[in-house]
Amino acid sequence: MSENVFLDVKDLKIHFPTDDGLVKSVDGLTFSLERGKTLGIVGESGSGKSVTSLGILGLHKGRGANISGEIWLDGEELVGASQEHVRGLRGKKMAMIFQDPLSSMHPFYTVGDQIIEAYRIHHKVSKAVAKKHAVDMLGRVGIPEPQRRVDSYPHEFSGGMRQRAMIAMALSCDPELLIADEPTTALDVTVQAQILDLMVDLQREFNSALIIITHDLGVVAELSDDILVMYAGKCIEYGSTDDIFYRPEHPYTWGLLGSMPRLDREPTERLLPIKGTPPSLINVPPGCAFHPRCPYAELSGDQAKTEVPALADTGGGHLVRCHLNRTERRKLWENEIKPVLETQ
Amino acid sequence: MLLFVVSIATFAIFFLVPRFAGMSADDLASRYVGKAANDQIIHETAIKLGFNDPVIVQYGRFVKGIFVGVDRNYGPGVEHCPAPCFGYSYVTQNPVLPDLLDRLPITLSLALGAAVVWVVFGVSTGVISALRRGSFFDRFSMGIALAGVSLPIFFTGIVSLAIFRDQLGWVGDVADWVPFTEDPLTWANNLILPWVTLAFLYAAGYARLTRAGMLETMSDDYIRTARAKGLSESMVVLKHGLRATLTPVLTMFGLDLGLLLGGAVLTESTFSLPGIGKYAVDAISNNDLPQVMGVTLVAATFIILANLIVDLLYAVVDPRVRLA
Repeated sequence: MSENVFLDVKDLKIHFPTDDGLVKSVDGLTFSLERGKTLGIVGESGSGKSVTSLGILGLHKGRGANISGEIWLDGEELVGASQEHVRGLRGKKMAMIFQDPLSSMHPFYTVGDQIIEAYRIHHKVSKAVAKKHAVDMLGRVGIPEPQRRVDSYPHEFSGGMRQRAMIAMALSCDPELLIADEPTTALDVTVQAQILDLMVDLQREFNSALIIITHDLGVVAELSDDILVMYAGKCIEYGSTDDIFYRPEHPYTWGLLGSMPRLDREPTERLLPIKGTPPSLINVPPGCAFHPRCPYAELSGDQAKTEVPALADTGGGHLVRCHLNRTERRKLWENEIKPVLETQ
Repeated sequence: MLLFVVSIATFAIFFLVPRFAGMSADDLASRYVGKAANDQIIHETAIKLGFNDPVIVQYGRFVKGIFVGVDRNYGPGVEHCPAPCFGYSYVTQNPVLPDLLDRLPITLSLALGAAVVWVVFGVSTGVISALRRGSFFDRFSMGIALAGVSLPIFFTGIVSLAIFRDQLGWVGDVADWVPFTEDPLTWANNLILPWVTLAFLYAAGYARLTRAGMLETMSDDYIRTARAKGLSESMVVLKHGLRATLTPVLTMFGLDLGLLLGGAVLTESTFSLPGIGKYAVDAISNNDLPQVMGVTLVAATFIILANLIVDLLYAVVDPRVRLA
C-alpha cells in the first residue's frame, strides 16, 4: 500500500439476506484511490455500483446487510467502526452526489436550508453564518444570483441547477472523498458536460478523491484516472483509463465499448449490444458469472461454467477476471473486436 | 353555494318525503300537539307552523330567516328573530340557533380533546410501527388499530364505562356538563372517557395512515441524502421523514375535525353529552324540522370551513402547491 492511498477497499462484501435467498450485491471488491485522483466504476444496472458507494458511506450499517472486508479511509477502518463514528465522517470527510437531484432533495425545504443543515451538522455555527456559507457555495458551483436562489425550493430550479445545488450541498463541508452516483444521468446532454467540468474543477480546488459511478463509458473516459468494471457484484476488469479503452481484455468490457454510441460512427452501422440481461444477484450463474452472455465462453470449455475465474494481474496493475489466457484475449481484441469498433 | 344545496336537500328529505308517504299537513301537525288534541287544534297548528303553504314558500321563509331574520307571531305578541335565524323548534318553541350555540362548547371540548389524543397516539404509533416494521410492536399495534377502526363507539364506549368507571373507579361518576371555565377538573373527568373512546377510533386510522406514509417516505431518495449528510437517525426520521408524511395526515385531520364539530353523534349519545350530535339525534327522532335544518347547516358549515382551511394550510405545508 503506497503512502498516498486515501481510500483503500479490501475484499468488500455486502450481502442482503432476503426471503428469496442471499443477494450478493457486492462480492469481494478491492480497489484503492489517492487524493486528487478519480476512479470510475462502470457496469450495468444491478451490478452493485451504487451498493458499493452507499457501503463506503456506511449507509448499509444496521439495515440487515451482512458487510465484511475492510474499508480504510485516511488510515481509519470503517467496516468495524461504530455507526455513530461513521455518521460523524459522513458529509464531512466523505460526501455523495446522487443521481436524480429532484428526488434526492427534500421537496419541503429550501435549497439553502438543506445546505445550511449539511454544514451545521459538522460545524457549530449560527444559522446566519451557515447561510452565508450556503450562498457562497451556490455561487461557487455557478448558480446565478445565489443570494436570491438560496431561498428557492428544489422544484423551482432547473435540472442542471438542481444538480449544481446538490454538488454545493455535498461540498459544503470540504469532503476529502466525493462519490458521485450517476451524477449526470438525469440531465440534458448539454448540461452533463457543464456538470462534469464543474466536478473536475472543484475536485482540483479541494484536491479530493473522486469516485464516479456510471453506466456511461463516455463520462468516465474523460474524467477518470482508473476504471473498475463491475459485473454481478464482482470486479471483472480494473486498470488505468488507457488500459480499459485501448487494451481492454475482458469480453464484457468489449461489449460495453461496443454498446457505446459514437458520433464518428457511420449512422447505418448498428451498435453491438451485449446479448441477454444482467443476472439476478440471488442466482448468480455458477463459474464465470458472465459466461451465459459471453460469446467466447466456448473457448474455455466447461471451466467457464464450473470455476469462478480469479482476478489476475496482466502486468502494470491491469486486473482481469477471465478464463481465457492472455494471448487468446489479445488475439481476439486485436483481430476481432478492435477492427469492428474502429471501422464502425 | 354548497350550503344552499345542502339546505335544499335536507329540506326536501324532511318535508317532501313524508308528503310522498301520504301524510297531510294535518298529519304532520298532529305530531306537535298533545295526545288529547282534537282536529280543530291540529288544523290550527298546521296553519301556525305553515305546513299548508307551498313547499317553495316554506323554504323561502327559512332562507329569509337566515339572511334577514323573521317576525314570529306566537300568540300574545310578535317576536323578532334576528338574522341568522334558523327558525323555532316545533317542539320546544325555542329559537334553534341559540340552542345550538349553547351546545357548541360541549362538542368543541369533546372534538378538540379527542383530536389531541388521537393525533399524539396515532401519529407516534404509526411512526414507531413504520420504523420497526414487522416487529412485535408493529404487529401488536396494527392489530389494536384494526380493532379500533372496526369496533363501534357504542360498544367501546359502554365497555370503557363499565371497566374504568364502574369496576376500577378511575373516573368518577359523570356529573352534569360543567364548562372548562367553571371547573376544569370536573370538565376533564367528564370528558376523559369520551375523549379516549372517540380517539381510539380515529387514532387507529391515523396510525395506519402514518405508518403507510412513513414506510413510503423513508424509502425516498431525499432520506438517503439526509443520511449521507451525516444527520443523526432521529433527525432523519423527525425532520425529514415525518415532515413529508404529515401532509396527508393534516388533510385528513382537517376533514375529520370539521366533521366532528358538526356533532359526534354516537359518542355524545353513548356518554349522554348534551352536544350538537345529541341535539341532532333528538331533533330527528322528534321530526323537528327547524332543528334538523339548523344542525345540518351548522355541520355543513364546519365541514366547508375545514375544507377551506385545509386547502389554505396545504399551501403553507407543501411549497410545491404555492402559486408561483
